Amino acid sequence: MSALPQPNPTSSSSQRARRQISDRTILHLFIWPTLILLILINIFPLFYSLYLSFTNYSVISNKPPEWVGFANFIRMLNSEEMWSYFALTGRYALLSVGLQTGIGFGLALLLREKFKASGFLTTLILIPMMLSPVVVGLFWKLIFNPAYGIFNYLIGFTNPAVAPDWLAQPDLALFAIVIVDVWMWTPFVMLLCLSGLSAIPDYLYEAAAIDRASSWFQFWRITLPQVAPLLLIAVLFRTIEAFKAFDVVMGLTGGGPGTATNTVAIEIYRQAFLGQFRTGRASALAYIVLIIIIAVSNLYIRQINRAREG
Amino acid sequence: MFKSSRGVLALLIIALALSTSLGLVTAQGVTELTILWAEWDPADYLQQIGNDYEAETGIKVNVIQEPWGSFFDRMAAEWAARGDSYDMTVGDSQWIGQAVEQGHYLDLTDFMVSNGIDKTVTPATLQYYGEYPAGSGKYYAYPTEGDAVGWAYRKDLFEDPQNMADFEAKYGYPLQPPETWAQLRDIAEFFTRPDEGLYGVGVYTQKDYDGLIMGYQNVFFSWGADWRGPNNEVLGVVNSPKAVEALEFYKELYQFAPPGTSNAFFAEMNDVFISGQAAMIMNYFAFFPALINPGVNPFAEVTGFFSGPKGPEGDRYVALGGQGLSIISYISPERQEASKEFIKWFAQEEVQARWAAIGGYTCNINVLESDTFLNNTPYNRAFADSMTFVKDFWNIPQFGELLIAAKDVLHAYVVGGEGTAQEALDKVAQAHHEILVEAGVIEE
Repeated sequence: MSALPQPNPTSSSSQRARRQISDRTILHLFIWPTLILLILINIFPLFYSLYLSFTNYSVISNKPPEWVGFANFIRMLNSEEMWSYFALTGRYALLSVGLQTGIGFGLALLLREKFKASGFLTTLILIPMMLSPVVVGLFWKLIFNPAYGIFNYLIGFTNPAVAPDWLAQPDLALFAIVIVDVWMWTPFVMLLCLSGLSAIPDYLYEAAAIDRASSWFQFWRITLPQVAPLLLIAVLFRTIEAFKAFDVVMGLTGGGPGTATNTVAIEIYRQAFLGQFRTGRASALAYIVLIIIIAVSNLYIRQINRAREG
Repeated sequence: MFKSSRGVLALLIIALALSTSLGLVTAQGVTELTILWAEWDPADYLQQIGNDYEAETGIKVNVIQEPWGSFFDRMAAEWAARGDSYDMTVGDSQWIGQAVEQGHYLDLTDFMVSNGIDKTVTPATLQYYGEYPAGSGKYYAYPTEGDAVGWAYRKDLFEDPQNMADFEAKYGYPLQPPETWAQLRDIAEFFTRPDEGLYGVGVYTQKDYDGLIMGYQNVFFSWGADWRGPNNEVLGVVNSPKAVEALEFYKELYQFAPPGTSNAFFAEMNDVFISGQAAMIMNYFAFFPALINPGVNPFAEVTGFFSGPKGPEGDRYVALGGQGLSIISYISPERQEASKEFIKWFAQEEVQARWAAIGGYTCNINVLESDTFLNNTPYNRAFADSMTFVKDFWNIPQFGELLIAAKDVLHAYVVGGEGTAQEALDKVAQAHHEILVEAGVIEE
């Protein structure tokens, strides 16, 4: 005679506990910790800094924020210096992103065809973007040094007395930063382009070859349109980053000589953390930059969508 | 076994009382003190002194070092958070106004006066490092590291017979450590030989913090110029003809500086000297220990030192460096007391003598005047000499903004070659005027 199975008290209690936690509760348990973190770390500071941008407030002053309306925005937008920093940042973004796009796309085209050690070469090219920007800034500072840096030597200046001082001459300092940024971030553009190129179906080229289409025609009508969405995403990311350029600039020139490389991000830092810690003004400037980035991003995204549809 | 719930309750109350009292004992027993200072040799010396304190009292002292470029940022961020991560800071002389007016430093007046500590240090160091406002008799810091800008030079180059003969033939007076700025300029020009990789003089040009301003001030003050008039007015003062002439002179000196020193401060000065690129450098005395160490400086045996030269009308000033030790007001009363105990111990003459012996620039009167101190290093006499004619930048709460307004424009002129000295100083004067009017220091 077989005995009836006895209920296990431990398993029955855990079953009861599982029954008590509904799917909805589990859903909440997963979502809310993340949401709370997001609210605390992203959403709250976003709105708090928006509030601070309308106040006269210094975080170290031991005084509460004083409501000043749009005064901070008006002050920033009426400042000639501030416009010069925006113009400088625009020039930097244009030069830097333009060169990265051109060189990155070119490199991707070269590396598209597999050859011996092409994987190794691709990995080598990717190394700069894996480095810390502060470290990059510091060692490029040594590379640019007119007395013992290798950069001047490579471009043909062997006498330090007549060699250009890249970080000290106002007309060269911005180009020095562009060179470093291009060196560091071209691999990122190349990587996105490479993934776009590898996704192009071979039959398109085969069909074009059967039609005796020229290489130029294939590039213009097949390669470029197919890669365009990813290329535009790379350009979008790099443009946003260029507007936020801080660590490399700080490491190389600190915004100098004078204010020759004082990008908007450096100016936000200076307003927020130097001197009197102008938290209100820095918040206002940060919001102006945010609006510009959103506007530029929108233009890009429209273009990306158009490229996808086309 | 407890037979009643009343017994259990009594036991709980006793346990609660015991745990609470134990907790209080722990809070009172401060076992560790943390001091924030800049990353440089004197901070290592202070750590050694702190180790002595631990050996004597059992209280561990940690000296946290932050690079100079971000030292103020780190302290200010801590002030902003009303943080108690650091019990004390060896803060820059210019910070004191801001720190006092915004309530970040503890008032040490009663403590220093009742213990006679204020009488143990030189009046100048007490005024610049400890007192705010000037002449108020209110103290917020114990003068810890006296410092000023001095000069190092290559004796082998200066004493080379060929150099001496050539220099005298060219300039009409013997080659020796300069007594005036005009002589310093001539010597800098004489030794600027790019083909040999040798340059005349290393001067401060740093833009990130106060390096450029501290360098320029040596010339600026010695030319008879100042940052403010008797009533704190700046228009026509900061941009006076003397100030303009001084700035033009400083820019001229930069022409004789080694290439690559476009954002140079103390580390870069020592670097160009040690690498044999500069015949003379300006630097704070606190950075000279490295120059007499043969393991660091190949020219250690032939390195000489002198104090700041005179201006065209005989004025002689050097820029003040150095810092005072302050207690952060946001720490607990127990930690405040423990910090005061440390300062009291540190201010003792025998501890200050040890501080000076290992390389710290004591502000203790008796130690400074002792032969032991004056003969301790080749530069201590020049240091003691310099400390009698020091001058400093503004130390009011707006000092940071005044500093930024000046350094950006002066860097663009001296390093970037933008505009003229008059235009640069006109801009600085106008910016300073606006900052001071907004702060209510002066009227429109």
